[in-house]
Amino acid sequence: MGTGEKTSPGPVKKTATRRRKTTPRKSATASDGLDYVQLLTPEGKRVKHPDFDISLSEDEFRALYRDLIIARRIDSEGVALQRQGQLGLWPSLLGQEAAQIGSAHALAEQDMVFPSYRELGVLWARGVDPVTPFALFRGVNMGPLDSVKEKFHMYTVVIPAQTMHATGYAMGIVKEGKLGTPDGEAVITYHGDGATAQGEFNEALIWAGVNAAPVVFFCQNNQYAISESNHHQFRVPVHKRAAGFGMPGHFVDGNDVLGTYAVTKHAIEAARSGEGPSIIEAYTYRMGAHTTADDPTRYRDKAEEEAWRAKDPISRYQTYLLNEKIIDQDYLEKLDSEVDTIALQLRERVINLPNPKPDAMFEGLYNDPHATVDQQRAQLAEYLASFEGSDA
Amino acid sequence: MSTKMPLVKALNEGLRRTLEDHPKSLIQGEDVGKLGGVFRVTDGLQKDFGEDRVVDSPLAEAGIVGTAIGLAIRGWRPVCEIQFDGFVYPAFNEIVSQLAKMPYRSSGLVSLPVVIRIPYGGGIGAIEHHCESPEAYFCHTAGLRVVAPSTPNDAYWMIQQAVSSDDPVIFMEPKVRYHTKGEVNFDAAPLPLHSAQVVREGTDGTLIAYGAMVQVALDAAEAAAEDGRSLEVIDMRSLSPIDWPTLEASARKTGRVVVVHEASRSFSVSSEVAARLSEECFYSLEAPVQRVTGFDIPFPASRHEDLFRPDLDRVLEAVDRSFDY
Repeated sequence: MGTGEKTSPGPVKKTATRRRKTTPRKSATASDGLDYVQLLTPEGKRVKHPDFDISLSEDEFRALYRDLIIARRIDSEGVALQRQGQLGLWPSLLGQEAAQIGSAHALAEQDMVFPSYRELGVLWARGVDPVTPFALFRGVNMGPLDSVKEKFHMYTVVIPAQTMHATGYAMGIVKEGKLGTPDGEAVITYHGDGATAQGEFNEALIWAGVNAAPVVFFCQNNQYAISESNHHQFRVPVHKRAAGFGMPGHFVDGNDVLGTYAVTKHAIEAARSGEGPSIIEAYTYRMGAHTTADDPTRYRDKAEEEAWRAKDPISRYQTYLLNEKIIDQDYLEKLDSEVDTIALQLRERVINLPNPKPDAMFEGLYNDPHATVDQQRAQLAEYLASFEGSDA
Repeated sequence: MSTKMPLVKALNEGLRRTLEDHPKSLIQGEDVGKLGGVFRVTDGLQKDFGEDRVVDSPLAEAGIVGTAIGLAIRGWRPVCEIQFDGFVYPAFNEIVSQLAKMPYRSSGLVSLPVVIRIPYGGGIGAIEHHCESPEAYFCHTAGLRVVAPSTPNDAYWMIQQAVSSDDPVIFMEPKVRYHTKGEVNFDAAPLPLHSAQVVREGTDGTLIAYGAMVQVALDAAEAAAEDGRSLEVIDMRSLSPIDWPTLEASARKTGRVVVVHEASRSFSVSSEVAARLSEECFYSLEAPVQRVTGFDIPFPASRHEDLFRPDLDRVLEAVDRSFDY
């Protein structure tokens, strides 16, 4: 997986036992040899980290698990519906559930999210109606959302424009003094490893830095920007670049839901309390294709996929919860049944989404009347009305 | 109350009033604070409204517009200053893909009341990238509004109207006119933002112009009057949407139309005006719509700019052509 400064996973080293005997270090090494924050090994063993820890109730542990399962299930519906011709496209999050659910659970209600286009898990965890992205990829509409009300902005397809919008929104928080108070606010924006090569991403970091904007840049490094692997995108990984922008950079096992939760909680609380922006690089893997239009067999091999499958974010967490007796088989069966229902209902809603009326094409473009567009809208209506028996 | 002042001062006064009227309005751009902008449009505003309302930004145009979008989502009304026309392109993605489209994508749930001020056009002897006319890019982009004042009075009022609009507005400032003085009436109700204005009545032909070219058209009409031709002059003021009723009424009345602008000719505002007037006023026209524009070349070195920019004689020559039919 590349050379030089990039975050190569390297050989798997089981050093957890030896580490416990040493003094905690600032840069701890995880069970798989990477210098990232990891609280849960791929085998489902809970490990300590000197800088990050968590304190969750059993309900909170279960809530994380439930959202992981639902995110994966809704995502698989997306892939299936695309294969059935019900959706034009679907960008799968398979493999990235822990990065999304862990980070989303670390947010306060008032915090704002600016996603890219793969953040179905975050969307679900924020309580946004999951039919929204389905409508977008079905072509019924453009995935409209009242961003401020939902505390979740619309998907952004052009990489990484949303990091800019997140920064501006966070600058507004500074201007309004909504920092360091009980109702203080912070922003998180999601992007991929490919985004870190874009000029606008680097501008966003500059702006966030000089304005001490309360924004967390959450990079889901899923190893590939469509077919281009990390070594095509950068020589220095994004978390190490943070210092150059005057902010902390955190590196976390993106397949560890407890790790992503802990690191995000730290970063978002620092932002909310006025300490400014930070970067989180969640090291993860996109198990599926970039989108359903992609063919990953052309650019990556099975062995690599299998190595990552062994780090699956859900199975390790399930092992941990079962071992700790936080969940049991009965819980899993009930959850399965609940998730079946959620998936079925969603599928039916998606398939029954009505085709939009012709006139809807013109809606929302302008607040104030725009004479030229209004005229064209009237012309189309008149044209459609000219067909006998038209219901337009 | 009416006062004579240069256009740059009128803009400054308009922005001042905007900052007073809208507590969540702000100005951001390069050098807009202590320096007051390279053209001094924002002179003294930071001193009076503070660094949070008149914000010196990093040298990053995409950032100026991109963060303005985020601020607008949060309820602010940002006015972005792009220092020169030729520097707007790094922000192009944020303007055409994000600012213009986001309200539409949200089905109107998200409004982006962002104004982007762009000093545009030549005539000041500057070097490359400092004299361009990029308005057609923005007129072609659905979701944006594009306006261009030509007088201090319009500058004063239109900037306030642009900031008050809940839609994104590209505000083209004719930089060669910054120091031209004119009366600003602080009390009289202004025209609606997207109205054209007949600035000289005539009967034999119509000159349609905007921004800096309005004065050239007026001068040409004055000269034509000495030759016994009565030319009407229309200041378009708004390029998107275009006030078609005013333009079409004049075309029907006079039967001859000449469109004048500095921007390159092909796929330009004049392309649209000529095509539309041909569609709508065909039976009233005595001649094809004539165009006097910049050439389809990059804005040339300054020793060439007087040849590139339409002047009185080129306009009169086009009028002659129109009368030859």
